[in-house]
Amino acid sequence: MEEVLQLLADDARLTAAQIAERTGRTEDEVASAIEKLEKAGVIRRYKTVVDWGKVGVEHVYGFIEVRVSPERGVGFDAVAERIVQFPEVHSLYLMSGTYDLLVVVEGKGMREVAFFVAEKLAPLDHVLSTATHFVLKRYKVDGDVLVERAEVKRLPVTP
Amino acid sequence: MAKVRQRVSQLVHSLPQSGIRRFFELVEKMPDAISLGVGEPDFVTPWRIREAGIASLESGHTHYTPNAGIQELRGEVSRYLDRRFGLSYDPQHEIMITVGGSEAIDIALRTILEPGDGVLIPQPCFVAYPPCAMMAGGRAISVPTWVEHDFRVQVEDLAAACDGGTRAIVVSYPNNPTGATIDEEGALAFVEFARERDLLILSDEVYAELTYNGEHVSIAAQPGARERTILIGGFSKAWAMTGWRLGFAAGPADIIGAMIKMHAYTVMCSPTTAQEAAVEALRACDGEVERMRREYNQRRRVIVGRLNAMGLDCFEPKGAFYAFPSIARTGLTSDEFAERLLAEEQVAVVPGTAFGSCGEGFVRCCYATSMEVIEEAMARMARFVGRVRG
Repeated sequence: MEEVLQLLADDARLTAAQIAERTGRTEDEVASAIEKLEKAGVIRRYKTVVDWGKVGVEHVYGFIEVRVSPERGVGFDAVAERIVQFPEVHSLYLMSGTYDLLVVVEGKGMREVAFFVAEKLAPLDHVLSTATHFVLKRYKVDGDVLVERAEVKRLPVTP
Repeated sequence: MAKVRQRVSQLVHSLPQSGIRRFFELVEKMPDAISLGVGEPDFVTPWRIREAGIASLESGHTHYTPNAGIQELRGEVSRYLDRRFGLSYDPQHEIMITVGGSEAIDIALRTILEPGDGVLIPQPCFVAYPPCAMMAGGRAISVPTWVEHDFRVQVEDLAAACDGGTRAIVVSYPNNPTGATIDEEGALAFVEFARERDLLILSDEVYAELTYNGEHVSIAAQPGARERTILIGGFSKAWAMTGWRLGFAAGPADIIGAMIKMHAYTVMCSPTTAQEAAVEALRACDGEVERMRREYNQRRRVIVGRLNAMGLDCFEPKGAFYAFPSIARTGLTSDEFAERLLAEEQVAVVPGTAFGSCGEGFVRCCYATSMEVIEEAMARMARFVGRVRG
């Protein structure tokens, strides 16, 4: 099962037939396994990785360190629950160390991100402070290296 | 009139040109050909290993190492052989680091053979074994293996070929070019045969990590094998370090000691950078090796399935990264098949005859290449086979 999931995680467009061929299973087995995994929520969804820069759509990312005074009885979850609802929030993590929540905000420009932090994030109940860092350049995202590299060639025939 | 002496020795002159070399020259003229003719991983050496090599150079480690290799690496090889295959070799006296598995094979044969000694070589085999036996002054004695036995060498065939002057057997499982592996029973019978005839064994296990049907069966690990076996291993295949030129040999102290003597005279030591990088490979790259093995396995299933589907009987290879289908149904010879496939569909495979005369009727297809390339090559090959079979 892990092998099937690994193949799909790498290329969501592989068909059950292709996965079956690569893993030595039957197509029916694979299709049925995928259906079960989808129903169980193990496969949450399928998505496409797009290089938006190439079609002229610019995104700016801000990594915001948020310090929070946790609500009695529920910890950080109540604050987190409010933050995740914003579509501008790309990712949200509870962190160890000198701050509590790491919020990744996506916007069309730095101004948009900065305004979001000032108007929507910082004023939230229990938020003590924010520190905003902007991404200047992305080298590798979610396992994909974005920097172009020359192809490595081999001799065509070797023992 | 005085006979003018040839400038190249008779022995070297008589060595056959490698069938691989001949085919390489054909394929080189077609830069757009898809090649299933390589014998090395498509993966680049894992970054951690490259990084360790870079660090070694940055630190100025550019001098000779001890002949047998750096202490650290011999220690790691000893630990590796123990934890992966249950083999126990003393790093001080029973392990040496060589310039690839290739150098290990060469010096092993030159160390153990007296002039005229026979070397049994099950075939199809890696191209270097017969020439190395000859260059060592020995006689290369071919022993056929059969697809009916999954290309596992049979004791009867060894016995039939063995004569009074036979000194050693060179064997390799998992196998290049067939992808065959050996099982416990076969390995035991093989070692028992060697014991009875008091033969030395050169067991080339460079593809040990690339086994797809359970654990690798090591000939060196069989009862009675240790005292008469030179185990050859390398970093080229499992760690994708072909260009680094690094391997090792393990065996009884008297033989390894003599090999070290020879190694000291011929190469002094293996490349320092490669040795230091290999320490990292053995310490920290099990995950990487497993990842590559898993991917080879997926490709293996696809290529073997497609070869069989197009009507070329392909026995299931359970090791290395080669498929060795029979082309008998096409009525062509191995050379004809390979040359026509190249000319008509621009796909390169290596004729089985490059690996021994009993490779006639087979071709070697390497699947150490991307899934996309394999699928495209299989589509073109299916077209070709369809045309030829009419």
